[in-house]
Amino acid sequence: MSKMHVKMTVNGRAVEALAEPRTLLIHFLREELALTGPHIGCDTSHCGACTVDLDGKSVKSCTVFVAQANGAEVTTIEGLAAADGSLHPLQEAFREHHGLQCGFCTPGMITRAYRLLQENPNPSEAEIRFGISGNLCRCTGYQNIVKAIQAAAQQMAVATTAPGEAAE
Amino acid sequence: MIPGSFDYHRPRTLEEAVSLLASLGEESRVVAGGHSLIPMMKLRMALPEHLVDLQDVAELKGIRIDGSQITIGAMTTQAEMIASAELARLCPILRETALQIADPQIRSLGTVGGNVANGDPGNDLPGLMQALDARYLLRGPGGERELPARAFYEGPFTTALDPGEVLAAVRIAAPAAGHGWAYEKQKRKIGDYATAAAAVLLELEGGTCRKASIALTNVGDTPLLAEAAGRALVGTAVDAAAVKAAAEAAKAIAAPAEDGRGPRAFRVHLTDVMVTRAVEKARSRAS
Ligand SMILES: Cc1cc2nc3c(=O)[nH]c(=O)nc-3n(C[C@H](O)[C@H](O)[C@H](O)COP(=O)(O)OP(=O)(O)OC[C@H]3O[C@@H](n4cnc5c(N)ncnc54)[C@H](O)[C@@H]3O)c2cc1C
Ligand code: FES
Ligand code: FES
Repeated sequence: MSKMHVKMTVNGRAVEALAEPRTLLIHFLREELALTGPHIGCDTSHCGACTVDLDGKSVKSCTVFVAQANGAEVTTIEGLAAADGSLHPLQEAFREHHGLQCGFCTPGMITRAYRLLQENPNPSEAEIRFGISGNLCRCTGYQNIVKAIQAAAQQMAVATTAPGEAAE
Repeated sequence: MIPGSFDYHRPRTLEEAVSLLASLGEESRVVAGGHSLIPMMKLRMALPEHLVDLQDVAELKGIRIDGSQITIGAMTTQAEMIASAELARLCPILRETALQIADPQIRSLGTVGGNVANGDPGNDLPGLMQALDARYLLRGPGGERELPARAFYEGPFTTALDPGEVLAAVRIAAPAAGHGWAYEKQKRKIGDYATAAAAVLLELEGGTCRKASIALTNVGDTPLLAEAAGRALVGTAVDAAAVKAAAEAAKAIAAPAEDGRGPRAFRVHLTDVMVTRAVEKARSRAS
């Protein structure tokens, strides 16, 4: 049961390491790459705190072997802010609308919301609630999380249409 | 929870996968989306020495439609099945059921093949495949064979799949245009298996039911085809008396386990409720 050579792109950076195939992706990210944004909440694929983006899909990284992610592109909460450190519109919106209290669910929640808005840039409230149904929050009661995602969606729509409008 | 150690293999073709499984022997296991297997490995209820990952096997992916024949490759994810506009048109109960599996993250990796091959009575697609009379295409060292879904499930986590065999695809004959359908599932929360669930497909002709099939999820050791329940609808106008007779017949074969989802009597009662709701919804959708 030897270690294997794992290569992947994490937040735009090529990484390589030796790892046991059974290593869970969440442990690889947190312990090998020191990316402690994604959290371990339940360790049983229920809570969504460990959500990351894997090849353009939201996944629960506590239920993925590092071997399965070999060769993949991974984005964690650390990869959402711009290179100059300015926050992603979702991060801004969660701050602005109090989309968090203790913050434990937040990295998973925002990473999931990021993919949801890629798939559906203008979701209804019901679509947002269904889209984040794999992410549990013990504090907020979800109201402000939904508001924050709605606000971010609007903000991102403005950002993408702005250049066209300016040209008119 | 740390799973046991294993060696990892990632074949590129089905042939390679099948010959790997044959040479690695009994202690090898296929991994698809991993969302039933990895939780079991974390609990050390599964301790395979070799995992054969099917993610790179292109021939196991995708949905093909040929007239009314639907073929869903085993490695098609549950999310991809939900996203298929053609499936939603031809056989909308597939989407309705898949949307009630687990949650978005799990559906983005969990596969159709893994869901039907797993053999957990809690899985939703096996029950649906009973109602649809689907066939499973299996590939092993001795070649290919096709088996009806209705002959596949033998007991909890026990199926007709031989050691070393891979489930390659699910084949479904699309129900007739104008059919009615519904998958009704009672669960405690998002991401939970059914307390009880029912799949119903029916066809009406001049207001009379000419064909019906009903199947149940998670109220037995295997998914259950409720044949008598389906028969109770055929030849009727699917009126209140017929719906009641179908629900009674379904209840009669329900033998749910006692677990956190409630006592037996409660789950038998819910079987009645799920069948009643699903039949009524299916009738309202039929034309
Ligand atoms: C929190 C949680 C909630 C869930 N809720 C539901 C639910 O409500 N309803 C539901 O139906 N499911 C539910 N699931 C299970 C989920 O749908 C799984 O994805 C599915 O059961 C297995 O598919 P997989 O691709 O993940 O398979 P894997 O976990 O990779 O494999 C499962 C088993 O099938 C075998 N296998 C897989 N593919 C093949 C193949 N092609 N040929 C032969 N053998 C194969 C594997 O060897 C293994 O034994 C849930 C899972 C979790 C973690
Ligand atoms: S830690 Fe992965 S889902 Fe809870
Ligand atoms: S903010 Fe505390 S769990 Fe969500």
